[in-house]
Amino acid sequence: MRPLHWVLLVVALAVSAVVALAFGTIDVGAGAVMRALAGAGSRTDVYVIRDLRLPRVVLAALLGAGLGTSGAALQGVLRNPLAEPYLLGVSGGAAVGAVIAWSAGVAFALLPLAAFTGAIVAVTLSLLVAHATHGRGDPRVLVMAGVVVGAFANAAIMIVMANADVSTVRSALWWMMGSAAEATWTQNAWLTAYVLVGGAALFAMGRTLDALSLGEDSAAGLGVDVDRAARRIYLIASLVAAATVAAAGLVGFVGLIVPHIARRLGATGHRVLVAASALIGASLVVLADLIARVALPPAELPLGAVTAVLGVPFFLATLRRLT
Amino acid sequence: MIEFADLHVRYPRQTCEALDGITLSAPYGAITAVVGPNGSGKSTLVRALLGRVARAAGDIRIDGADVSALGRDVVARRVAVVTQREEAAFPIAVRDYVALGRFPQRGAWGRDTAEDRRAIEDAMRLAEVDALADRSVHQLSGGEWQRARVARALAQGGDAFVADEPTTFLDVAHEMLVFEILGQLARAGRAVLLVSHQLNLVARFADRLVLLQQGRVAAAGAVDDVMRAEVLEPVYAWPVVVTRDPAVGAPALVPLRRSGGTLPSP
Repeated sequence: MRPLHWVLLVVALAVSAVVALAFGTIDVGAGAVMRALAGAGSRTDVYVIRDLRLPRVVLAALLGAGLGTSGAALQGVLRNPLAEPYLLGVSGGAAVGAVIAWSAGVAFALLPLAAFTGAIVAVTLSLLVAHATHGRGDPRVLVMAGVVVGAFANAAIMIVMANADVSTVRSALWWMMGSAAEATWTQNAWLTAYVLVGGAALFAMGRTLDALSLGEDSAAGLGVDVDRAARRIYLIASLVAAATVAAAGLVGFVGLIVPHIARRLGATGHRVLVAASALIGASLVVLADLIARVALPPAELPLGAVTAVLGVPFFLATLRRLT
Repeated sequence: MIEFADLHVRYPRQTCEALDGITLSAPYGAITAVVGPNGSGKSTLVRALLGRVARAAGDIRIDGADVSALGRDVVARRVAVVTQREEAAFPIAVRDYVALGRFPQRGAWGRDTAEDRRAIEDAMRLAEVDALADRSVHQLSGGEWQRARVARALAQGGDAFVADEPTTFLDVAHEMLVFEILGQLARAGRAVLLVSHQLNLVARFADRLVLLQQGRVAAAGAVDDVMRAEVLEPVYAWPVVVTRDPAVGAPALVPLRRSGGTLPSP
């Protein structure tokens, strides 16, 4: 990728953020957005922009950045262009955690923690399954283990939901469709920590990912401790994805398509790919959340549904290029 | 010197050993060729060196030090390996691919030094992929990809070069090119360990031959000691004649037609 590409990606993110801050139930001009961000302008504008929309836009950007980097790393380590964070049981596990907590009547504030715990349990389970089958760093075994754990999680969700009351099912469903509506600054601060630390770690392992994407034997020949490196990347990428799920539910397709968009812009090495995926993912989810808010007023669309609708054409184009 | 000492390897859930007490060494300044029928353990030997199969018993040493004690990164700085199979999961330009050979030298953070860049350009020129430098590896022919892989291992440097069937898919000229490169590496003092099915080329280029059969060393020694019909015929289970090539003077294997239609009818 050339320097111009990076400038364009940063500008795209800034523009998406300003547009997302400007539009909604009340439309505000770009100038008013800037004034409101600085604390000037009408009191309504300041309230709407700074208190209502800004946390949400920041959350959307963090979700996109986290899912984008996580997807880029997982596709590399699993050598699979169709890998994404949710493939590995992260989503299923998180959903199980949240739904169980929900039906047990756990305080709303603790739900992200429950989701996070569920995701970590699921990822640990798929690593154990892979280890038990002697697969360890074998990407095919890891993918299959993730799929199996995910399927098991789905069954568990259905069993719990079958016995839950209607309001629990509704809230659980809404959460499983993803939403940035409940954004708070505390939550954003947590998610920033996960995305920054996890993203930096994956960025630092970019060259290792380059070597791993050639296959295990070749990576070993280049001096990579294959099993350990693969496990570490898998775990960090899952942690970042789990943190996003805990913050906003399941937002699908982002981790899958964003790395492909980055590759099409010329990102080949994984360090570049991870960084570019963070920027592209952030812009994409900020725009998707804007669409979720304004497409069908006064109703709000589930964020996961919007990203999927945006993602499908990209996905089909990618499939065409793969075959 | 790379040494395998009484190496035993057994794959999970297999009853017999893939390597059943292999002892061989690849000294500096020579090409040591490992030959043998399909499934005789040649590639397992290479994978054991890479730490990709668990050793049941025995040692693998580099200059006397055990590879598992050295650590993969140290081994990679000393031994460059062309594995038998490899496929890049994602498109990458040939130059960037060859540059991955410098991974052990650069580490996770180091930037390209002038030495790195020189090693990459030299390797591409030597393996004749310099004209393909900007092409994606997914657009290469089988032979071009094979040469790019050789170039990546050349860029890696080190004092030993291990290649598992590096001439698969190559035309006659490029096959010779790869063997000439291996000869040049050996003359420059490197230990070259070559796994190959090209017995006649191996007979011309290698200094020592090791013939494997079912995970054991069936014969080892100078080329003339191993390239003999009575040694090769029972191992390959096919009638052969070994003559001397009139043009180059090296022993040459001629597999015969099996008389009397002994193949099962299709």
